[in-house]
Amino acid sequence: MSRADIAGVGVRVRRSWSLGLFAGEFTVTLRRWRTLALLAVLAAVPVLVGIAVKVESDGGSGGGSGGGDGGAGPAFMAQVTNNGLFLVFTALAATLPFFLPMAVGVVAGDAIAGEASAGTLRYLLVAPAGRTRLLLAKYVTTVAFCLLATLVVAVSALAVGALLFPLGDLTTISGTRITFGEGLARALLIALVVAASLLGVAALGLFVSTLTTSGIAAMATTVGLLTTVQIVDQIPQLHAIQPYLFPHYWLSFADLMREPVYWDDLQKNLGLQALYVAVFGSAAWARFTAKDITT
Amino acid sequence: MAPYASDDTTSGRRKAVRYVVPATVVGVAAATIGLVPALADSGDPDLPKITAQQLIEKIAASDVEQLSGTVKITTDLGLPDLGGLAGSLASAGGGAGGSKDGSSADPSARLTELASGTHTLRIAADGPDRQKVSLLEDAAEYSVIHDGTDVWGYDSASNEVYHSTAPQGADAHGKEHGKGGAEQAPTPKEFADQALKAVDGTTSVTVDGTVHVAGRDAYKLVVKPKDSASTVGAISIAVDAKTGLPLKFTLTPKSGGAAVVDAGFTQVHFAKPAASTFDFTPPKGAKVTEGDDADHSVAGKEKGGAALPGAAGLGGLDGLNVLGDGWGSIAAFDTGSGSGLPSASSGGDAGAFGDFLGSFGDKVTGTFGSGTVFKTRLVNALITDDGKVYAGAVTKDALVKAADTAAKK
Repeated sequence: MSRADIAGVGVRVRRSWSLGLFAGEFTVTLRRWRTLALLAVLAAVPVLVGIAVKVESDGGSGGGSGGGDGGAGPAFMAQVTNNGLFLVFTALAATLPFFLPMAVGVVAGDAIAGEASAGTLRYLLVAPAGRTRLLLAKYVTTVAFCLLATLVVAVSALAVGALLFPLGDLTTISGTRITFGEGLARALLIALVVAASLLGVAALGLFVSTLTTSGIAAMATTVGLLTTVQIVDQIPQLHAIQPYLFPHYWLSFADLMREPVYWDDLQKNLGLQALYVAVFGSAAWARFTAKDITT
Repeated sequence: MAPYASDDTTSGRRKAVRYVVPATVVGVAAATIGLVPALADSGDPDLPKITAQQLIEKIAASDVEQLSGTVKITTDLGLPDLGGLAGSLASAGGGAGGSKDGSSADPSARLTELASGTHTLRIAADGPDRQKVSLLEDAAEYSVIHDGTDVWGYDSASNEVYHSTAPQGADAHGKEHGKGGAEQAPTPKEFADQALKAVDGTTSVTVDGTVHVAGRDAYKLVVKPKDSASTVGAISIAVDAKTGLPLKFTLTPKSGGAAVVDAGFTQVHFAKPAASTFDFTPPKGAKVTEGDDADHSVAGKEKGGAALPGAAGLGGLDGLNVLGDGWGSIAAFDTGSGSGLPSASSGGDAGAFGDFLGSFGDKVTGTFGSGTVFKTRLVNALITDDGKVYAGAVTKDALVKAADTAAKK
């Protein structure tokens, strides 16, 4: 099968081909209006949150942001007025449950099924790259999009936070103080962890994408699955299966703001994402390399 | 036009074979999740046998002053899940009591949270002057920091700070204890003798093998009440074999089932914690509430860690009698209202609430009259219709008997 087809091609050629395949895929993905619209929505969330917090803190008498209901709203909300860097964490906490995975689900769901429905998949396979390689390029593209989408949220939040609120040394949620530089480093680390948290959805979306030839169906299924899993994760009676649901430990990225960092849930989160990638990635491979491509 | 489409008939089986890969991944993951904890648990540490007396000596001789670690506390009192209701009751009570300035960073407001569910705490200590306890929440943390003369409470969710000063006496006492300890305090051996002698008639104290706790080898000390009326089945304490520090505390009810209280280290280090751990300055813009002196007891209790929850609250009640002794002791007091639970006939919201509350209890009668028994998995309480309250970690029958005896007097 595919291995036999590429057997004669030199290693160097193959490697550069992979890179070229990935670069091409990534550019194509970024050129889509759909992708740009998703990124614009993601960039707008921190702006909205920032303005809302700013308006409320200016309007509220006494300057303090309503202390009584500290638990309401996304995490870190109470600290945003005092340090703009916290807007990065608030924005990531606000977008991680739905906006970010939805965007990733759209891109991942579109990866194979979109090509199939546009009738371009067979042309991609004419090139001597092999199906495994194409699938890998598609997944790497989706992973790159996970990182890009997270960074868009983080950078937008940092810009809005710097414009609207003071910056400076910050207090971790454990009550210790860290410098602004260390705070920035932690923000970057948090963005990476958030991007890694999306790998499971990306693999799930890619698998769904190999099942159908309709791009819309694959996107809708992935986003629908995401919502269903999120709901299941909220039902107390189902607590026995919740630790195995991919979004269960998503908000553990906040543990990076503890001093010392609390790694338990972070490790569980990353381990769970790796498991989902292994299961759905190999399932996507099994499906894609064995299926008849007719469009 | 489909160069990579399958083109031979024999590949049908090979297609199916590919799905073995994801199936294997799932299988290996499931096996790992199932087996690893089982493998990690197997095999208790091999430690030299010691008697209960020697183990208590070890605890008493323990001089751990520097440690940091993570503690998991699970409490299951078998109360109906009244999370929201308890909150609204507390706020209603607070409003009536006039404590309007209640801060969410006030330590006493947070203690009740530990009464149900599972919580993760982080503990750091460096000598008698510097300790820190943090309650880990979702994307937030509540910390109590004792640094010299300052006691800070910081609630990161609401960005509120609570501040009070630690009594100087506590520090002085600590130092004095350190210096003169050898002369005044009993030696560990004497302490163990006294402790065992004191509980001899009512309690059995044994060493029940060894366990691994937080990656350390520990002895298991089991304390069992001999009193049949007690609802306490057993208290087991895992004691670190090297340092003598108690690492895990489990209280199982006589009725069986899950532990009522299960508190233990999941990680522990005996190195000196970083000095910055105890440094606290209120963040910019945080709302700071200054505590009054009355809160020292709370700070003290948190430091002690082992104080029974609710014990301080009971002590504050006037007219409290303790009937019986040891495990079977029952706290009795008169609410002074002359009536039991407010009932619908007494009118108003209180009546409706009383009826609602009464629906959780069992009606009992005896020579004392009649009343309502509220049961949890550990503590039972009898509220008689004439307004007397009997409560203790004893069975329902023991409560009725105590009420009968009191009525005869």
